[in-house]
Amino acid sequence: MRSLTRKSGEVIANLRLIWKEPLLFTSIIAIFYFLIVFVAYPVFGVIKTSLVVKGKLDFSNYLAVFSARYYFQPFLNSMFLGICTACIGTFIGFIFAFGLTRTTLPFKPFFRQTATFPIISPPFVVSLAAILLFGRAGSLTPYVKEVIGEYSIYGLGGLILVETIAYAPTAFLVLYGVLMAIDPALEEASMDLGASRVKVFGTVTLPLSFPGIASAWLLVFIQSLADFGNPMVISGNYRVLSVQAFLQITGMYDLARGSTLAILLLMPTAVAFFLQKYWVARKSYVTVTGKPTGATIKNVEWYIKLPVYSICILYTAGVFLFYGTIVYGSFQTLWGVNPTLTLKNYVQMFQVGKDYILDSLTLSSLATPISGVLGMFIAFLIIRKKFMGRGLMDFISMLTFAVPGTVVGIGYILAFNRPSPIFPIVLTGTAWIIILLLVFRNMPVGIQSGIAALHQIDPSIEEASTDLGADSNTTFRRITLPMIAPAFFSGLVYSFVKAMTAISAVIFVVSGRWNLITVAILGFVDNSQYAPAAAMSLLLIAIVLIALGIIQMIVNRIGRGTRITSIIG
Amino acid sequence: MKEDFLELRELVKIFGGDKNEVVAVDRVNLKVHEGEMVTLLGPSGCGKTTTLRMIAGFEHPTSGEIILEGERIKNVPPNKRPTTMVFQNYALFPHMTVYENISYGLKIHGRPEKEIKRRTEEVMRLVGLTGMERRSPTQLSGGQQQRVSLARSLVMEPKVLLLDEPLSNLDAKLRVATRMEIRKLQQRLGITSVYVTHDQEEAMTLSDRVVIMHEGRIQQVGTPREVYGKPANRFVADFIGKANFIKGKILRQTSDGETQVEVLGKTYNIKVERGAWSAGDEVVMVIRPESIVVGPGSLEAPTGKIRQSVYLGSQMVYEVEVGEYILSVEIANPGHERVFAEGEEVSLSFLERSLHVLPPEDK
Repeated sequence: MRSLTRKSGEVIANLRLIWKEPLLFTSIIAIFYFLIVFVAYPVFGVIKTSLVVKGKLDFSNYLAVFSARYYFQPFLNSMFLGICTACIGTFIGFIFAFGLTRTTLPFKPFFRQTATFPIISPPFVVSLAAILLFGRAGSLTPYVKEVIGEYSIYGLGGLILVETIAYAPTAFLVLYGVLMAIDPALEEASMDLGASRVKVFGTVTLPLSFPGIASAWLLVFIQSLADFGNPMVISGNYRVLSVQAFLQITGMYDLARGSTLAILLLMPTAVAFFLQKYWVARKSYVTVTGKPTGATIKNVEWYIKLPVYSICILYTAGVFLFYGTIVYGSFQTLWGVNPTLTLKNYVQMFQVGKDYILDSLTLSSLATPISGVLGMFIAFLIIRKKFMGRGLMDFISMLTFAVPGTVVGIGYILAFNRPSPIFPIVLTGTAWIIILLLVFRNMPVGIQSGIAALHQIDPSIEEASTDLGADSNTTFRRITLPMIAPAFFSGLVYSFVKAMTAISAVIFVVSGRWNLITVAILGFVDNSQYAPAAAMSLLLIAIVLIALGIIQMIVNRIGRGTRITSIIG
Repeated sequence: MKEDFLELRELVKIFGGDKNEVVAVDRVNLKVHEGEMVTLLGPSGCGKTTTLRMIAGFEHPTSGEIILEGERIKNVPPNKRPTTMVFQNYALFPHMTVYENISYGLKIHGRPEKEIKRRTEEVMRLVGLTGMERRSPTQLSGGQQQRVSLARSLVMEPKVLLLDEPLSNLDAKLRVATRMEIRKLQQRLGITSVYVTHDQEEAMTLSDRVVIMHEGRIQQVGTPREVYGKPANRFVADFIGKANFIKGKILRQTSDGETQVEVLGKTYNIKVERGAWSAGDEVVMVIRPESIVVGPGSLEAPTGKIRQSVYLGSQMVYEVEVGEYILSVEIANPGHERVFAEGEEVSLSFLERSLHVLPPEDK
C-alpha cells in the first residue's frame, strides 16, 4: 500500500517535471501519436481486415487459407526457403567472419568490402544477375546444363542461391562483431592449458559465438521471409507468401485474403524477431563495446585454411560474377542474342525512368533526414528520459523491424485510403504516403544506432548541461546531438540506402504521380528488358555509393573518424 | 550570514519496485549555513550522492522538502535551480573547447557576449587555466580537466555549489594539492558548498562541518574536531579514524559533569555532559590509538602483551593484548621513545582528556 502511494507520488512528480518542460512534453505526445498512426495502426488494420468479415469477427479467411493447398502451400514454401537460406547464409557468414578474424587470410579489407557489398544494392539485383547468368538465355546456362542436366533457375534452387548471396552479408556482420568481441585472452588461456587449435575452436570460440550464430540465423531467416523483390523476379512456380499476398491484392483485389496471407507472413517473422531480441541477445556472452580487441591466435594449419579460404574466395567470386554480369549486361544490345556493346540501354533507361529516378531521389532525400532526426530523438527519450510509456515507445518503434514490408505496405493502403478517426487525411496517391512509409520503416535503424551511441556517452555530461540551466531540448540539441553525430550520419546513410532500395512495402503505395526507381527496375524485369534493368540497377548503386561517400566525408570533417561502412547492419 | 540558507527537511528517497525497495536516503534533516562548506561523508551506498543529486534536482525526493533561502525547490527542475555541480568524472563536453565548456551555462542563460567573456576569463584566471581557452578537454591532464569542471560551475555564481567526489579521479599527490585549492577558493568566494566524499581525510581538511551518513541516515553533524573527538556512536567513531572500544563503568558523576569512570580496573576522571550518565552505568569507552600510552613493566595494572610491533617511521604501531581486547596503539616520534618488541609485557594508561563515552548497547 505504502509503495503504491509512493509509486503514484513518483508518477505525479514525474508528470510535474515533464509539465515544467512543455516542449519535451509535447514532443513525447507527438511522437506517440505518430508511432501509433504510422506504425501500429496500419499493422492493426491488416489484422483487422483478415479477421473481420462484414463487421463481425470471423475466421473464415484463415479457414479458407488453411483448407486450401493453394493458399497454404506458400506458407510452407516461405518457411522452407527461409530455413535453407538462413542455414547456408549463416554458415557462409560465419566462415567469412572466422576467416577475417582468426586466420592469416590476405587482402582482408578487400574481402570485407566485398562481403558487405550486397547490403547496399537492392536485393533483387542478384536475381537479375542470376537470370542473365543461368536463365533461359543465360551465358553460363549451356555449361551448367552439361553438368547437371536440364534445370530452371526459376524456383527454389534459384531463390536459395540469390537470397544466400543477398543475405549472407547480414550474418557476416553480426558474426564478425561477435568474433571480434571475444576476448583473445580466453582463446589464449585455452591454448595455454594445452588445447589444440581445433579444440580451442570447439571448446571456446564456437560456444562463445553460439548466441551470435543464433542471432545471425534468425536475422537472415527474417530477411528471407520478408524478401519480396527476389521471389517476384525468380520464384517461378515456387509460390511464397510475400508475392502471393501482393498478387492477391493487386491482381485479384482481394484485400481480406491478401491481409490473411500477410498475417501468416507476419507471425513467423515476429516470433523470430522477438526470439532474437529478447532471448538470444540476452544469452550473449560477449558485449559489443565498439572497441574491437582482435584475436591474437591465428589459425595457420592447412586443414583450417583450405576450406575457409575456399569458401571466402568462392563467395567473393560469386559476388563479383553477379555484379560484374550486371555491369556487362547493361551494355549489351540483347542479352544472349546480340552481344554488341551499346549505350542504348542507358538512353532507354533515362527516357523511361527519368521520373522514377527523380521521384526516388526526392522522396528518399526528404524521408532520410526526418527518419534520422526522429530516430535519434526517440533513442534519446528511451535511454535518457523517464516518462510513462517509455517501454511502449521502445516496443512500437522496434515493431517495424519485425513486420515484413509486405504487411506494412498493405497496412498503409488500408489505413490511409480513406479518412479515419485518428488520421483524417487521405494519403493514398500522394508523395506523403511514400515519405511517411520510408520514414517509419527506416527509423528503427536510426534508433538503434542512437541507442548504441548514447550508451557510450556518460549521462553526467548531459546532467552537467541541465545543471547549468539548459532544458531537455537544448541539451539534446547542443550536447547530445553533436556527440552522437557520427552515429547519426551512419544512421542517415543506412536510411538513405534502405529508402533507395526499398521495394516490398513501397510497391503497394506508389502511384502514377509518385513512383520509385526500384519499381521501375522491377517493371523492366517483368517485360524481360533485362539490359535497361541492369543499367538502372547500376545507376541506383552508383547513387547510393555517392551518397555514402558524401556522408563519410561529412563524418570525417566532424573528426571522429568513425567508419560508416562498419556500422551498417 | 543566514543560519539556514539551505535546508533539507525529512528528506526521503526510495528506489526500486515493490519487492526490492531500497531506502537510499532516510529522513535526512540538515541546515547548511550561508558561505559554509559542508561535507557529506560516508561509505559507498550511504546515500550521500543521492542526497546531493536531490539538491541538484536530478533525483526527485520520495518525500520531504528542500528549502533554499526559504523557498521550496523540490519541484523546480534542475535547469532552473541556482545550484551547479562538479561531477565525479568532470562530465566535460568533449566536442567543445575549454572556453566553450566554461561559458556554456552563461550562454544558455542568454547573457550578453561581453559579460560572458569577462566572467569566463575571470574564472579561468581564478582557477589558473588562462591560456588554455582553445584547447579541447581531451588534451588536458586530469587535474586540468578538474579545474575546467570547477570553473564551469563557479562561473555561474551558484547559490550552492555541489561537488560529487571531485577529486576521486586524481592521483594521491594532486588530490591533496587540489583540495587545498578548492578550500581556499571556496573561502575566498564565500560560496555555500556541499561536498560529497568517502575519504575522511578529505572531509576533515576541507569542511566547516562534516555530515556523517550511514545506510541513508545522518549519524552525526559536527565540526571535524567534534566528530573525531566526540563521536556520536560507534559507527562514527570507527569510521572517522581508528578507535578502540573498551567496556567501562560509571562510578560517580558530580553536578558539574565531572565523572569518574572505571576502565580495565583503573579510575579516570573525565568531563561529560551533565546528567548523561548515573553511577553504575555500563558504558563503552572510545579510545583513540594515539591516546594510549605504553610503558615498561608488568607491575602497574592494566598490563598487556605486545602482539605485533610495526615501525612506520613517523610512528610506532602496536597491537597489544589486554584481557579480552586487542588494542591498537600508536606512538608518535618513536625515535625518542623506548620501542617494545613482540612478546614483551607492557603497562598501559589512557590520556584522560581524550576518553569518550558511548552507551553500551550501541553497536
